[in-house]
Amino acid sequence: MAKIEEYIPLVGQAVIDDLRLLGERLKGKVIQHINSTPVGGGVAEILNRMVPLLMELDVDTKWDVIKGGEQFFEVTKKFHNALHGRAEEITKRDFEIFMETSQQNIESINTYGDIVFVHDPQPIALIKKRTTNKWLWRCHIDVSGPNLRVWEFLMDFIVQYNSAVFSAPAFSRKLPIRQFLISPSIDPLSDKNKELPQATINSVLRKYNIEKDKPIIIQISRFDRLKDPVGVIEAYLQVKKYIDCQLILAGGTAEDDPEGFKVLEEVREKAKKDPDIHILLLPQNDIEVNALQRASDVIIQKSLKEGFGLTVSEALWKSKPVVASNVGGIPLQIKHKYSGLLCHSIEGAGFAIKQLLSSPAYAKKLGENGREHIKNNFLITRHLRDYMLLFFSLYHPEDIVHLC
Amino acid sequence: MAELIRAKEPFKFCTRLHLSELTGLRASTLGQLLALIKTISGSCIYHHTHRFLQQHQYLSPEPPNDFAFWVTDILGEDELGERLVSIDTIQYSTIRDLRERIASTLESYLNENPLAKLKFAKSGEEFHFIKSVSFILPTNYIAYDLNEFAEILKKITIDSIYFHIFEARLRLEKPTNDFSYWIENSLGDKKIANKISSFDPYTCTLEDLRSKILRIVEGKLVS
Repeated sequence: MAKIEEYIPLVGQAVIDDLRLLGERLKGKVIQHINSTPVGGGVAEILNRMVPLLMELDVDTKWDVIKGGEQFFEVTKKFHNALHGRAEEITKRDFEIFMETSQQNIESINTYGDIVFVHDPQPIALIKKRTTNKWLWRCHIDVSGPNLRVWEFLMDFIVQYNSAVFSAPAFSRKLPIRQFLISPSIDPLSDKNKELPQATINSVLRKYNIEKDKPIIIQISRFDRLKDPVGVIEAYLQVKKYIDCQLILAGGTAEDDPEGFKVLEEVREKAKKDPDIHILLLPQNDIEVNALQRASDVIIQKSLKEGFGLTVSEALWKSKPVVASNVGGIPLQIKHKYSGLLCHSIEGAGFAIKQLLSSPAYAKKLGENGREHIKNNFLITRHLRDYMLLFFSLYHPEDIVHLC
Repeated sequence: MAELIRAKEPFKFCTRLHLSELTGLRASTLGQLLALIKTISGSCIYHHTHRFLQQHQYLSPEPPNDFAFWVTDILGEDELGERLVSIDTIQYSTIRDLRERIASTLESYLNENPLAKLKFAKSGEEFHFIKSVSFILPTNYIAYDLNEFAEILKKITIDSIYFHIFEARLRLEKPTNDFSYWIENSLGDKKIANKISSFDPYTCTLEDLRSKILRIVEGKLVS
């Protein structure tokens, strides 16, 4: 795993110096992250990189994971979908299941941190254990139009936290606690984002029987209805009428997502007649994801809802032209026609892909601008800084804070 | 080359890092925008008139404030956007004065164009009010003379330059930027101090600003 000094060639010495100045001032505080899964999905991915880097900056950081059975994660998946505004039938029993597992976690998890940093709704009820320590709730979900029944259920917990954190301004609403805007980030030195030799890229293509004989369009996402994989196939079919190309839909499933396999089956059914559609159920292998992104000509993220959409930052970091939905945190990453193309429909996505495949110079320019934007705003070094400032904000209610 | 003056009180470089605090307040119409501009905290006004400087530091020109961008791009009120863009931020020494100018610009436009009140942003395109929370901390860089000052200026972060040029003057309500103040009062060089304070820092990127200040200081060092 990369050391903090290794980021200096990318972001400059002074940025790392600032991080060290902040880290020194947090000495003595224990930060305890709590989420629902150690692998799979964006939250676990960020924590896997961030925890060791914070430790290296002298911030004593721990990471604990709650436990839950299949029923619990089925309920939290329903909550997740409902918070994204999807119609879900949520019963009284669902809330009971949520509270039963939460109670078991309340009894078994030691919340020893000076700052307890809870991620997403699954562990939210742990706030019942709050004593004199500080508690943060980090919402990684697009809650711009949530199912109100679920939102109000969660609100009873949210208001007990010291502060909440959201990924986009549209997710905020009036709350009686402080709320901050912090975008997630990518790690430019991780296996998913580092530079790769062409031989590695070629070997991954060979492994999945993909010939580079026609342009590659790709969406890499969990098999999840909110990522609209079926919509991606429809957009591709529109392009295919005019340009001979191929589509890769690649992704895994997370431990806390029991719906994933059903969606995968639907996608396979939809794709089965076209040999140019490759459906890849990837193991947790970041080098392969990296290689597939680098081998592609256009990268898609046609989500219906999106907490942030880090795959967009990953694609732009590799200077790839991106077509993505104008939802969640995606418009923060793409300025339309400047660093990528935003779309609102299947037709719009198809048109944008066609435009990029037909105009390689334009596509190249969008990719280059995109990389610069990600470099300035969405790398892990900015994220580390924001989190450390967030920790200070718990002890400083004022708008101008002098950290001597 | 003349001998360098060594200051009794060195220039201590600070840096300013910021967090964006969400307010949950949003506007869909110009009327709502105006009402909220009049009542929100000064930290919100500061955020929406200065955010672009740091977030898009390599892009120039960018819309100088978020209000102008929203009324132009979302509501299609180009003329109002132009009036808001043209507000000369450097002329205002307090956030209070800047807020009054933005509000009066909106008010007069709405009086002249009452139909503009009817325009509204669709769902998802509202204006979201955000507050800027600043964290100021000293760095390890200290300069006693212009030579040391120039060497440090080459390597400090743009956040530090931002703090001493923009934030110190407008948000902390100091009479001039920190660099000019120290050069005039500790080194006694009013000419260099004036050169730095006389150009409009809002019209260039932070890297350009670094180069401009360096040119002025290094020009003095070789003379």
